[in-house]
Amino acid sequence: MAKKPDRKTEQALKAAAKNADTRNYVLRLYVAGITPRSQEAIRNVKAMCDEHLAGRYDLQIVDIYQQPVLAKGEQIIAAPTLIKKLPLPLRRLIGSMADEEKVLVGLDLRARNE
Amino acid sequence: MAKRKSESATVLAKCRTGISGLDEITEGGLPKGRPTLVCGGAGSGKTLLAMEFIVRGITEFNEPGVFMAFEETAEELAKNVASLGFDVNKLIRQKKMAIDYVHVERSEIEETGEYDLEGLFVRLNAMIEAVGARRVVLDSVEALFAGLPNEAILRAELRRLFRWLKEKGVTVVITGEQGDRTLSRYGIEEYVSDCVIFLDHRVHNQISTRRLRIVKYRGSKHGTNEYPTLIDEHGLSVLPISSMGLNYAVSDERVSTGVPRLDVMMDGKGYYKGSSILISGMAGTGKSSLAAAFVNGLCRKGKRCMYFSFEESPEQIMRNMRSIGFDLGQWVKKGLLEFRSMRPQLHGLEMHLATMHKLIQGFAPAGVVVDPVTNLSSIGDTDEIKAMLTRVIDFLKAQGVTSVFTSLTAGGSAMEQSEVGISSLMDTWLLLRMVESANERNRILYVLKSRGMGHSNQMREFILSDEGIRLLDVYTGAGTVYTGSARLVQESKDAAQALADQQSAGRRKRELEQEAMSLEAQVRSLKARLDGMHDDLKAGAAQEKSRLHAAATERDAIAKARKAD
Repeated sequence: MAKKPDRKTEQALKAAAKNADTRNYVLRLYVAGITPRSQEAIRNVKAMCDEHLAGRYDLQIVDIYQQPVLAKGEQIIAAPTLIKKLPLPLRRLIGSMADEEKVLVGLDLRARNE
Repeated sequence: MAKRKSESATVLAKCRTGISGLDEITEGGLPKGRPTLVCGGAGSGKTLLAMEFIVRGITEFNEPGVFMAFEETAEELAKNVASLGFDVNKLIRQKKMAIDYVHVERSEIEETGEYDLEGLFVRLNAMIEAVGARRVVLDSVEALFAGLPNEAILRAELRRLFRWLKEKGVTVVITGEQGDRTLSRYGIEEYVSDCVIFLDHRVHNQISTRRLRIVKYRGSKHGTNEYPTLIDEHGLSVLPISSMGLNYAVSDERVSTGVPRLDVMMDGKGYYKGSSILISGMAGTGKSSLAAAFVNGLCRKGKRCMYFSFEESPEQIMRNMRSIGFDLGQWVKKGLLEFRSMRPQLHGLEMHLATMHKLIQGFAPAGVVVDPVTNLSSIGDTDEIKAMLTRVIDFLKAQGVTSVFTSLTAGGSAMEQSEVGISSLMDTWLLLRMVESANERNRILYVLKSRGMGHSNQMREFILSDEGIRLLDVYTGAGTVYTGSARLVQESKDAAQALADQQSAGRRKRELEQEAMSLEAQVRSLKARLDGMHDDLKAGAAQEKSRLHAAATERDAIAKARKAD
């Protein structure tokens, strides 16, 4: 049921490393099934990427029900979880991504100001 | 036995942990298919208990298990329990166990709206299905509280998690750090209402003791005490005090005391097999010698013995006992006798208890000597020692091992008060006393009590000679007890007195005989006088009659002469 997660991650990392200087974003969105919350998260992430990262992002959406081994490998606890693998530092954003301000701060697209 | 009873009598099924002692106090194990919270402070052995639950579940009950760790990685866990003889990696290779390390890093996480912990569920579910798990450990779920900021969501999700686990029908152990005034820091006990076990680790008088208590166990009877707990190379063991119960089988078989005359004092047969014997007395009264006699007697019959000494080294005991004719060295060589000498301060009471447990179980002796129990008082108070000895005795009785305990009575204290208050635990109590008189100290032995047998009420003089132990009758008379040379003196005095008594009795007899003879003579003379009197009386009466007749005849003659009409 599960694909080889490590190779896939490796490839993704390699590809990401190649594009590192161009500030390419490697994002993984883990959702648990197609629930309204999952759909909302997918919608929100996509909209944000198109708005702020047009042309320089690699987003993959993973259903942890389909690939539970990935959930273990990626240390997924909550759903939905968006992992920003690149650029570093690694960040985990959990929730429906409804709070745009927090998502942008989490993706280092906006400075944290409080 | 307890398990079967609880399963048939109540609906609550139990899941055996395999942890020594824990199944006894929970009367069969943890509630099957329900969560159990194990809480306690740092280093109290929560993770170990949880790990043992999984490992023993696989190795002893063939129930695969899943371990979800929040604090340690799988490698660390495997390494930590390898020293206890648990080969976790092998079990994982055999697909009977799965470990998942859940890492929550607060600094990496940003909350962006509503979420749930479906990730955790998926991971747990994948593991449970991969190995067909019947047992699950979450160690410790509280780490989530530190990692996830939204406590409301977390609590709701935990509630859902436990409900889900219950539906899965797996038996769950959740660990939780002890809180300030609560059982767990984040109040997990709120979700785990079926069974809560509390582990405690405290240091008293520089000696650390671990304890385990069952705070609650819904729907089941359980031991409520704090039970001493031990972590050693075989894992965790709980030492149930009261769970032993007083239902061990008893034997009518007898075991020689090793002293023929002492056997005679106890129905002629000696101690009961599997009974507990207390030998108490002051210093130098021969307690150890009497214990050695018992060991010697058993070994001579080819039975095994174990000698726990808290005072002397094995060499010293063997040398000393040789001087009274007991060659214990030969039994050691033959493997019939094993000495264990250690200072009581070496470790706490629980550790001593557990060591004894283990050694006795390994060696399977017929007799055990603990010499002296009173030395344990340096590492625990009377109650603790009593509790420990109760457990030792219950254990020994259950195994049918005859046990001899020596107890040192301090000079000046009451003789019949054993130092550590254990006399009521004992079946037979031999008291050794020193009697000082006539410039000598002599030993005296008596059987103070001996349950279930007609024992002698006599005091015996107790003599240690190079041929062994001898018991002699003591001289008791006029409220004094004579022993040693005083006894000999008294005995010869008695013999002289008896002779004198015999002689005076003869004299008295002769006197009486003489008196009787003189009385008889008197009686004879009086009888003669009486007979004389009777004769006189008869003679008088005849004379009177003839006189009256003569008078009447004379009157007739006169009348005839007067020619009266």
